[in-house]
Amino acid sequence: MTAEPVTTASTAKRREPERGESLWRGAFRRLSRRPVAIAGAVIVFLFLLVALLAPLLAPYEPASTEWTELSTPYWVQGHSPDHPLGIDRWGSDMLTQLIYGARQSLIIGVVATAIGLVAGAALGALAGAFGGWVDMIVMRFVDIMLSVPSLLLAISIAAIMGKSSMALMIAIGVGQVPIFARLLRGSMLGQNEADYVLAANALGLRKRTIVMGHVLPNSLGPTIVQATLNLATAIIEVAALSYLGLGEGDPAVAEWGRMIVSAQDRFEIAPWLAFYPGICIAVTALGFTLLGESLREALDPKQRR
Amino acid sequence: MLRFVVIRLAQLLPTLFGLSILLFAWVRALPGDPAQALLGDRATPEAIDRINETYGFNEPLLTQYGMYLAALFRGDFGESIRMHEPVLSAFFDKLPATIELSVVALAFAVVVGVPLGYIAGRRAGTNVDGGIVVLSLIGSVVPVFFLALLLKYVFAIELEIFDSVGRQNARLDATHTTGFYILDGIINVQFAAAWDAFKHLILPGLALGTIPLAVIVRQTRGAVSEVIHEDYIRTARAKGLRSITITVRHVMRNALLPVVTTLGLQLGLLFSGAVLTETVFALDGVGQYLYQAIQDRDYPVLQGFILLIALLYALITLLVDLSYGFIDPRVRES
Repeated sequence: MTAEPVTTASTAKRREPERGESLWRGAFRRLSRRPVAIAGAVIVFLFLLVALLAPLLAPYEPASTEWTELSTPYWVQGHSPDHPLGIDRWGSDMLTQLIYGARQSLIIGVVATAIGLVAGAALGALAGAFGGWVDMIVMRFVDIMLSVPSLLLAISIAAIMGKSSMALMIAIGVGQVPIFARLLRGSMLGQNEADYVLAANALGLRKRTIVMGHVLPNSLGPTIVQATLNLATAIIEVAALSYLGLGEGDPAVAEWGRMIVSAQDRFEIAPWLAFYPGICIAVTALGFTLLGESLREALDPKQRR
Repeated sequence: MLRFVVIRLAQLLPTLFGLSILLFAWVRALPGDPAQALLGDRATPEAIDRINETYGFNEPLLTQYGMYLAALFRGDFGESIRMHEPVLSAFFDKLPATIELSVVALAFAVVVGVPLGYIAGRRAGTNVDGGIVVLSLIGSVVPVFFLALLLKYVFAIELEIFDSVGRQNARLDATHTTGFYILDGIINVQFAAAWDAFKHLILPGLALGTIPLAVIVRQTRGAVSEVIHEDYIRTARAKGLRSITITVRHVMRNALLPVVTTLGLQLGLLFSGAVLTETVFALDGVGQYLYQAIQDRDYPVLQGFILLIALLYALITLLVDLSYGFIDPRVRES
C-alpha cells in the first residue's frame, strides 16, 4: 500500500508513449511512413479494384472470338483505337482478357492461400498447443510434405484431380500447408515461454483459455504476414502450373499464365502477347511481396520505437 | 562427425517411409485403375494382366505395399510408359544436365548476390540499400519461365548471341563420358565443346539464378548489417588490420553461415524452377523429362522421380548441414 504512489508515478511515465497503441496500430503507423510499403499497398489496392470491378472496367466481353481474323500465325493486330492493347492469341480484346485475368488470379490466389492457411494453421496450432507426441507426429507429416518440392506436390495433386481451376487451387494450397504449420507452431512455442503465459499459468487459468485466448492471438502476426507473401507465390505458381499444362483446360479462359503459354507459338511475330500478362503477374506479385515484407518489418518487435 | 552423419541418415528413414506410403496411395488415387494408369491408354489386356501380376494389384493392399517396397529396395522404380526404359536409369541419365544448370544458376546467384548483399548491408538504410533490395525482389517476382522466355527472345532470337535450345551444338560431335558436358569437354581436351556447353547454360542459368538471388541478397544484407556492429570488428579495426582482411576474415566468414543455410533450403525451389527453365530452353534434363511425363500422363515416371528427387534433396540438405563444420568451427566442436 505504501509503495503504491511511487509505482504508479514511475511506471505511468515510462509507459506513456505506448499507451493506447496496439501492435497492429503501431505497425500501420510505421507502414504509412515507408514509401516501399505505400507502393506495395497501392499496387495491391489497384489489383483488387480491377479484379472486383472487372465487368465494369473491361471494354468487351471476355473469352470472345470476335476478332479471330485479327490474330493469325502471320500477323497479329497490335494497339489500335478500338483495342488499346491489341488482340490476343484467340481473337479476344487483350485489355479485356488482362482485366478478367486479374479476377482469375485473385480468386485462385485467395482460395489457394486460404486452403493452405486453414489447413496449415490447424496443424500448426495442434502441434503448438498439445506438444509432446502430437507435435512429433504432426511435424513428421509436415517434414514429409517439405521433402517434396512444392511444384512436384502440386503436379501430383493435379494429376489426380484433372485439369480444372479447383484442382489448381487445392494443389497450390496444399503446397503451402507446411509453411503455415511450421510458422504457427514455431511462434506458439515461442509464446509458451513468455512472461504473460507464465503469469496466466500461475493464476490457474485453464490451458484451453490460455491457448485460445492468449497464445494463439499473439502468434498470428507472422502467419498473416506469410499469407500476404504467399499470395504473391500463389499467383506465380498458378502461372507456372498453367505453363506445365496443368491449369484450366479451356485455352481461351482469361488467366495470365495461360495467356503466356498460348502466346508462345506467335512469339516471334507478336512478343507482346506474352509480355503484357507476364508484366501483370510480376507487378501484382511485387505488390504483395512489398506489402508483406514491409508488414513483417513493421510487426517486428525489434523495430518498435 | 560420423556419429552425426549416421544420426541424420537415420532421421531420414521415417520421412522416406512416409513418402513411399503417400506415393503408393497416390497411384491408387489416379483416375482409372492403377494398372491402366501405369500402362497408359493403349494398354493391351495381356499387358494389364502382366502389370497386375508383377505389382500384385489383385492382392490385398498390405501385400501390394510390401511388393512396392521390395521393388524399391531392388532398385526397381518402375518403367516409363512413353520411353519403355527403367525410371531409375532415365533419372540418372538426365540428372547431369540438371545439376549443371543448377550449379551455373547458383554460381551466378552467389557471385552477384553476395557482393550486392554486402554493399546493401554496409549501407543499410540508404538509397543504395533500398535500390538493391527492390532490384533483387524484381528478380524473384517475375515468373521464372516468363523471364526465360524473355531472355530467349532478346538474346537468342533477336540478337542471336546465344543458342535458344539444347545443351550443345550437335555438329561439334563432342565425346561424352560423364554426362556433364562442360566437364566432358575439359577432360577430353575439347575446349570448344566445353565452351559451347557453357554458352548454352548462360541464359537458362541467368533465368533460374534469379530465384536464389533475391534470398541470397537479403540474407547477406541482414547478416552483414548485424555483424559489422559486433565488438570483434571494432577490435580488428583498432588493431589496424587492412579493411580487406576485416571484410573477408571477420565480416564475411561470420555473415555467410546463414547464407549457406538458405542455399540449402532453396534447393527445392531451384529444382521447381529447373523444371520450367529446362522446358523453355529444351535442355535435356530431369525437368524436361518430367514435363514430358506430365504431358503424356507417364505416371510411373512421376512416381519414381518424385521419390528420387526427395531422396536427393534430403542428401543435399545433409551435405549442407555438414558444410557448416567447415565454415563455423563452433559447430565442429560440438
